Amino acid sequence: MFRWFSQVAALTLFNLKTLPQRLGSVAAAVVGMAGVVAVLVGVLSIQQGFRRTMAVSGAPDVALVLRGGSDGEMTSILGRDDVRLIAEGPGLARDSTGALASPELFVIINLPKKSTGTDANVPMRGVTPAAFGVHDQVKLVEGRRFEWGRNEVIVGRAAQGQFRGLDVGSQLHLGQNVWTVVGAFTADGGLPESEIWTDAAVLQPAYRRGNSFQSLKAKLVSAGSFQRFKDALTADPRLNVKVQRETEFYAGQSRALTAIVTILGLIIGILMGLGAVFGALNTMYTAVAARSREIATLRALGFRSSPVLLSVIAESIALAALGGAVGALGAWLAFDGYQAATMNWQSFSQVAFAFRVGPALLLLGLFYALALGLVGGLFPAIRAARLPVATALRE
Amino acid sequence: MTVSMSHPSLVPVTAGHSATLARVRGVAKDFRRGAEVVHVLRGLDLEVPRGEFLALMGPSGSGKSTLLNLLGGLDRPSAGSVEVGGEQIDRLSERALARWRARHVGLVFQFYNLLPVLSAAKNVELPLLLTPLSRAQRKRQVATALALVELEHRAGHLPRQLSGGEQQRVGIARAIVTDPTLILADEPTGDLDRKTGDGILDLLSALSRDHGKTVVMVTHDPHAAGRAGRVLHMVDGQLSTEMAA
Amino acid sequence: MTRLGLLAAGFKRHRLRLLLTGLSIVVAFLLFGVLVAVRQAFAAGVSVAGRDRLVVRHRISIIQLLPESYEAEMEKLPGVVDATPASWFGGIYQDPKNFFGQFPVKPEEYLRMYPEFRLPPEQKAAWLATRTGAVAGRKLADRFHWKVGTRIPIQPTIWIPKKDSSWQFDLVGIYDGAQKETDTSRFLFRQDYFEENRRFASGMIGWYYIRVADPKRAAAVAQSIDDHFTNSSAETKTETEGAFAQGFANQMGNIGAIVTAILSAVFFTILLVAGNTMAQTVRERTQELGVLKALGFSNAEVLAMVLGESCLLAGTAGLIGLGLGFALAAGGDPTGGYLPNFMFPAKDLLLGAALILLLGVAAGALPALQAMRLRTVDALRRE
Repeated sequence: MFRWFSQVAALTLFNLKTLPQRLGSVAAAVVGMAGVVAVLVGVLSIQQGFRRTMAVSGAPDVALVLRGGSDGEMTSILGRDDVRLIAEGPGLARDSTGALASPELFVIINLPKKSTGTDANVPMRGVTPAAFGVHDQVKLVEGRRFEWGRNEVIVGRAAQGQFRGLDVGSQLHLGQNVWTVVGAFTADGGLPESEIWTDAAVLQPAYRRGNSFQSLKAKLVSAGSFQRFKDALTADPRLNVKVQRETEFYAGQSRALTAIVTILGLIIGILMGLGAVFGALNTMYTAVAARSREIATLRALGFRSSPVLLSVIAESIALAALGGAVGALGAWLAFDGYQAATMNWQSFSQVAFAFRVGPALLLLGLFYALALGLVGGLFPAIRAARLPVATALRE
Repeated sequence: MTVSMSHPSLVPVTAGHSATLARVRGVAKDFRRGAEVVHVLRGLDLEVPRGEFLALMGPSGSGKSTLLNLLGGLDRPSAGSVEVGGEQIDRLSERALARWRARHVGLVFQFYNLLPVLSAAKNVELPLLLTPLSRAQRKRQVATALALVELEHRAGHLPRQLSGGEQQRVGIARAIVTDPTLILADEPTGDLDRKTGDGILDLLSALSRDHGKTVVMVTHDPHAAGRAGRVLHMVDGQLSTEMAA
Repeated sequence: MTRLGLLAAGFKRHRLRLLLTGLSIVVAFLLFGVLVAVRQAFAAGVSVAGRDRLVVRHRISIIQLLPESYEAEMEKLPGVVDATPASWFGGIYQDPKNFFGQFPVKPEEYLRMYPEFRLPPEQKAAWLATRTGAVAGRKLADRFHWKVGTRIPIQPTIWIPKKDSSWQFDLVGIYDGAQKETDTSRFLFRQDYFEENRRFASGMIGWYYIRVADPKRAAAVAQSIDDHFTNSSAETKTETEGAFAQGFANQMGNIGAIVTAILSAVFFTILLVAGNTMAQTVRERTQELGVLKALGFSNAEVLAMVLGESCLLAGTAGLIGLGLGFALAAGGDPTGGYLPNFMFPAKDLLLGAALILLLGVAAGALPALQAMRLRTVDALRRE
C-alpha cells in the first residue's frame, strides 16, 4: 500500500518537475482557470452584496404593514385612522414616547448622480419620532438630526456618496420647497443608507398627501410576537392590511436584480465551465502526449497503471487549484467592497450596495476549480494509463 | 531487387551538358554556438562530375552534413562560392533558392521526414505542387516514382503504417519525382538494418548508373560508402585525399 | 492533392486536440453573443430613441403626475409639432414575476408619435372602437401566447378600478417594430378607459412625449417647455428621448458595465487558452515546416499555409459559436421580463467576425513567424 502511495507521489513530483518545460501551456491553463473562478466569484458577489444590503436592512422583530394587496411602499396607502389602529396592536414594544410604531411616507425625487451627471431616482422618507426607535441601526455620523416641523433633512451615507449636492450644509431645491441637509447617517450598510429622511409632517403637505402615510413599521417585543400581531390586524374588520416581517419584505424586494444576476450568472458559469473544461482537457491531453514516452518508460520499468493515472489527475487538480486560488484571491481583491448602485425596481429608486466576496463564495470558486481540474484530468489520465507501452515508447 | 529502366520521364543524361555538375570553391562555414564561433568548413574545394555517386565520410562534427546542405542550397556559405548545374546558388535570393531547390534537388533524410498526415502517394506528390503540372500529370509522375522504388501497392498507406525501409523508399520516390539533377542523401541507411539498407543503396546506385542522376551521400558507414563510385573523407572541415572505392 | 488539400490534411493531425480547441472557441464566441446581448439589454432603449422626440416629466420626481391640460399648452409652443400623454399603470398579470410595462395612451396620437410601431389598419380601427381595447407588442404577445381577441385581466397595484377588483382588457391588436431593436414589449390601452375607471388622480397623467419640428433645435425647445411651466404647480423637466433613456440606463448602468467587463475578461481568457493551444500545435510542427521549406516551398508559402489552417479552425468554430450565440439571444430575455432589450445587434456580428480573424491570425502567425526564422537545417533536425 505504501509502495503504491509512494509511486503516486513520485510520479506526481516527476510530473511537476517537468512543468518548466511546458511553461507556456501550463501558464495558459492556470490563467484560464483563474479567469473562470474570478469571473464566477465576481458575478455572484454582486448578488451576495445586494442580498446582504437587503438582509441587513430588515430585522426579524420589526413588522411592516402595508395596505392589503400592495406590492410595495410606493403603491400602498394608510390613513390616519389605520395608523392609530395598527399602533394599538398586541405585541408592540414601547418606549418613553409610546408604542414603537413608525408610520412612514415614501416618495421619490430626482438628483444627479455623481458618476454620470444624469438624474436618478432617490428615495425620500417622511418619518415620525418613533422611526428612530424602530430603526435602531440608524446612527448619526455627521451633523445633527433634523428638527421636527422644519424643512430639514438627514441623508444616508451611501446616498451622499452616490448623488451630488447632499453634503451637510447644502440645500435641496425641490419645486417650491427648499430643504437643508443638516446631517448624515449610517445604517449598517442597509437600504436606509440610500435614503433621505425628513419629518413626515413637513413632507405630507409638500406632496399633497394630506394625513396619509404609506407604510408602518412596528418594533415587536420579540420576534415571536409577530404572529400574534399579524393575526390581530388581519382579523380586524376595520383594517385592510398586509403584514410581513421586515426581513421577508426586503427579501422580496431584491427580486428583479436577483433574477437578473442569478440567471446571467448561471449562463455565464455554465459556459465558462464548459470552456474551462475544454481548455483543461486540451492542456492535459497535450501534457500527457508530450510525455507519453516517459510515462511508457516508467511503466516499462514497473510502475503500475493506477499510480500513473492518479499522478496525471493530481497534476491537473494541482494546476486547477493554483489557478482557482489565484482567481479567487484576485476576485476578492478586486471586488470585495466595491461600491455600486442600481435600480431597485420595487421601490423604483437607486439602491447603493457593495459587492461582497465572503468565505462561502471563495470556497465555492475553489471547489468549482477543483471539479473542473478533476474532469480535465480524468480522461487524459485514463488514456495515459491505457496506452500500450510498446506503442508509446515508439512515439 | 530489380530496377526497371523504361520510365520515359526519367531520361538518362544527354550530351551537351557540362561534365561537372557541382563546383564548390573556397567555401567556409562558421556557426555561432553561444559566445564562440565554430569554423565547421575551412576553405573547401570540390568538383562533382555529372552522374557520379559520391560518398562523403567522416566523424561527427566534421562538417559533412554542412557541406551537403550547402550543395542543396539549404544553407549559405560564410565565404566562397557554390555552383550547381551552372547556377551560382550562393547568390540567389531566398525565394529563388527555394524554387531552384524544388526543381533541381532531391533530398533523402536519415529519419525520412515524411509528413505523417499524408499518404505515401501524397508525400511523393508534395514537391510537384510547386510545379505548373496539372493534376493528371502529377498523378502520372507520382506513379512512375513509386514504381521505381517498387511501392505502388503501398501508395495509400500512411507513414506510420510503413516499415522503416518502406518509408525511406517513399523518401527516395519523393526525392526523384520532380526529376532533379542532383540527389542529396544524408545518412539514408542510418536508421535501417543491413539488408534493408542494401536495398536503399541499390536504388541510389541505380539512379546514378542507369538514370544519370548525380548522387551525393553522407554516411559514417564504410559498407554504405563502399557502394559509391568515389569516397571523400572529411576531417575538421577539410576534404582529405580520396580513397578509391 | 492540391494546396488546399494539403491544408485540409493538416486537420487530420491530433483530432482530439483540434476538437477541444474548436469547442473552446465555440464557447468563447457563444459567450460573446451573451455579452453583446447583455450590453444591449442594459443600453435600454437609447439606440432606438427618436431623434425628434422629447420626454416631459415632473421636475421633482418621475412618479409625480402632470396635468393633462399641459398637452394643449405645449402644442401651442413654437417648435412643438405634437404632444401625447402616457402613464405608468404598474399592474400585475397573473403573477408579479410576469413583469411588463403597461401604459394608458391616446391611440391615434400615440401611434403618430411612434411611427415605428406598425399596427395593421383594421386592428387600429378596432382599438378606436373598443373602449377596453388593448394593443400589445409582438414580443410581449409571443411571450404569453396572446392572440387577437384574448381577454387580459390585470390586477391593480396603484390604480384601483371603480368597478370590479381587476381591470379587464380585450386584445384587439398586436404591433410589430419597424426594426429589430424596436421595443415590442409594451402593453397599451386607452386613456379614456383609464380616466373613467380609476378612483383618483383624475385629470393627471404620468408624462408626455413631444415631437419637435427640427431635431437640431431639440434642446432649445426642451428648455422653452420647462421655462413655460416654471413656477407653476407642476414644474417640468424636458429632455430628448435618448437622454431620458440614457438616464434610466445609468440608473441600471453600473451593473451593465460591470457584467460587460466581466464577460469580456472571460471571453479573452478562453481565447488566450485556445490561441495558445493552436500556437503550440504550430510550434510542434517546426520540423514539418522545415521539410516543406527543404522541398522548396518559400517562407511566404509556408506561412500562408499555417495561417490558412489556424484561420480555418478559428473561422469554423468561431462562426458556429457566433451562430449559437445569435440563436440563444434570439430566444429573448432569459430573466423573464426584466431585460426586454436582450438581443444580438446585427452590427456586433461584424465585431465578432473581426475577433475571429484576429484569433486565427494571431494564433497562427506569431509561432509560424518564429518557426520561419529558424534556419531550415535546424528545423529539420528538430524532433
